[in-house]
Amino acid sequence: MNIVVCVKQVPDTATERKLRSDDKTLDRDAADGVVNELDEYAVEEALRLKEAHGGEVTVLTMGPARATETIRKALAMGADKAVHVTDDALHGSDALSTSYALAEALKKIGFDLVILGSESTDARTGVLAAMLAERLGAPQLTLANKVEVDGQAITIQRVTDYGYDRVEASLPAVVSVVEKINEPRYPSFKGIMAAKKKPVETFGIADAEIAADQVGLASAWSEVVDFAAAPPRAAGTVVKDEGDGGVKAAEFLASKKFV
Amino acid sequence: MSEILVLVEHADGDVKKVTLELLTLARSLGEPSAVWAGPGYSDAAKAKLAEYGAAKIYVADGEEIVDYVVAPKAELLAQLVSERSPAGVLVAATAEGKEIAGRLAVKTDSGVITDAVGVGEGFVAEQSIFGGGVNVRSRVTKGTPIVAVRPNSTAPVAEAGAGAEEKVAVALSDTARAAKVVERVKQERGARPELTEAAIVVSGGRGVGSGENFSIIEKLADSLGAAVGASRAATDAGWYPHQFQVGQTGKTVSPQLYIAAGISGAIQHRAGMQTSKTIVVINKDAEAPIFEIADFGVVGDLFQVVPQLTEEIEKRK
Repeated sequence: MNIVVCVKQVPDTATERKLRSDDKTLDRDAADGVVNELDEYAVEEALRLKEAHGGEVTVLTMGPARATETIRKALAMGADKAVHVTDDALHGSDALSTSYALAEALKKIGFDLVILGSESTDARTGVLAAMLAERLGAPQLTLANKVEVDGQAITIQRVTDYGYDRVEASLPAVVSVVEKINEPRYPSFKGIMAAKKKPVETFGIADAEIAADQVGLASAWSEVVDFAAAPPRAAGTVVKDEGDGGVKAAEFLASKKFV
Repeated sequence: MSEILVLVEHADGDVKKVTLELLTLARSLGEPSAVWAGPGYSDAAKAKLAEYGAAKIYVADGEEIVDYVVAPKAELLAQLVSERSPAGVLVAATAEGKEIAGRLAVKTDSGVITDAVGVGEGFVAEQSIFGGGVNVRSRVTKGTPIVAVRPNSTAPVAEAGAGAEEKVAVALSDTARAAKVVERVKQERGARPELTEAAIVVSGGRGVGSGENFSIIEKLADSLGAAVGASRAATDAGWYPHQFQVGQTGKTVSPQLYIAAGISGAIQHRAGMQTSKTIVVINKDAEAPIFEIADFGVVGDLFQVVPQLTEEIEKRK
């Protein structure tokens, strides 16, 4: 089975994240880049499916040169090879452009299964997997907390408000996974060393036949009008519990008409 | 007046509160048309949508719409966008709502904005990003603006609309039938409201100490008619089911009132609740960062404070 797992490098959520004042895009230099946490579950799921059914795991990422750090991590976990879509023309791409560019790259690479994390911790749109399914005309098997493959048949549990749906489809398909679908492995020392020798192919937009007028900030389908640091919340009242903390909290709730 | 499509969220035939919020919001932008997708449509649902201002109600109530994942709803909306040329489309920013918005955006070659906490003139959407640290205003620049709005962003206000019903026939494409729902499994959550929709959320964290102890969080929640949430520390420890996790990698909530008990307030958690209107904190560590965003905080043992608060609320009822 040919599995492609999409990963994204995101700013570390533990550091202060900013938008750039010049073009209002994410300031990728202001913070350390890390693998988007939910993508680690996607990589793990891809590796488990490969271990059970055979095949190959290809890491696909789109991002600036430094995103190779993220590729190396996924390769160190055990993926076989990687494709890095990188081009200055891609800077400022929104979800529509990103899904378009990734879909074009996926058509080049070929796949039986595409796996993604259900959202990224920076933009948090949660739309990419659905957009990819739409663009590729492939079944959308998203928000999965369980994935089972049997030959060409694939079944997932899709997390819903009320519990979950069991969803069936045939490969090729697009899967997104939620946290806790598995426990992502840590790269071993051997894995880290091996990752250095694994092939990483770099695609510019021409290589992947990505149309320049469909990507980048100037072609985005939406724009940031303005942004500002959120005003700090007005300092609240903090009391020390002297045996009546619950009563005082109730009085506060009553003053706000919650009780 | 320009037409605004509002995709109706419903469960067991009842219109969800977020839809009433969206209709209220849509009235400030144009004339709302509700779009009902899937079975369960009734006179009661129609009356509710009209009460909150739906001028039109498009009804596509076939089973088939919900037999497949997301794609049929996106096809229905795309068909309406193409036939009616609305000024914009509003959906609830639930996990599925955002996926529908995403597919619709691709189908109609339109921009999409997710997790808006407000939408103003010219369809300019407000978002709170980076765990609540930055406020952004953005707008769609191509196609029909599609905006996914977070539940609890607008207070629902009734104002009658005509509620003119129009049946819509959708011929689903083969690709829309690619992912078939073969079973729906309902997991018990009792009478509590849904986490992302609830007006009040009571969450417990590491300080709760065990799964059994979550009963005191649940009792407080029940006294307020609230949903129960949990921090990642609590769900990772297996004290509370993962689907109730509030935070960066879990659910994002924006209720009127958020009560955090035994939660320190790491960015992981704050990212999921920082846009709550009023925040009450109970924690024994006065240095916990969660106090920085509290409107009211009690430094104390949650095992003393929470039961006392519950008892006091019951007394005042």
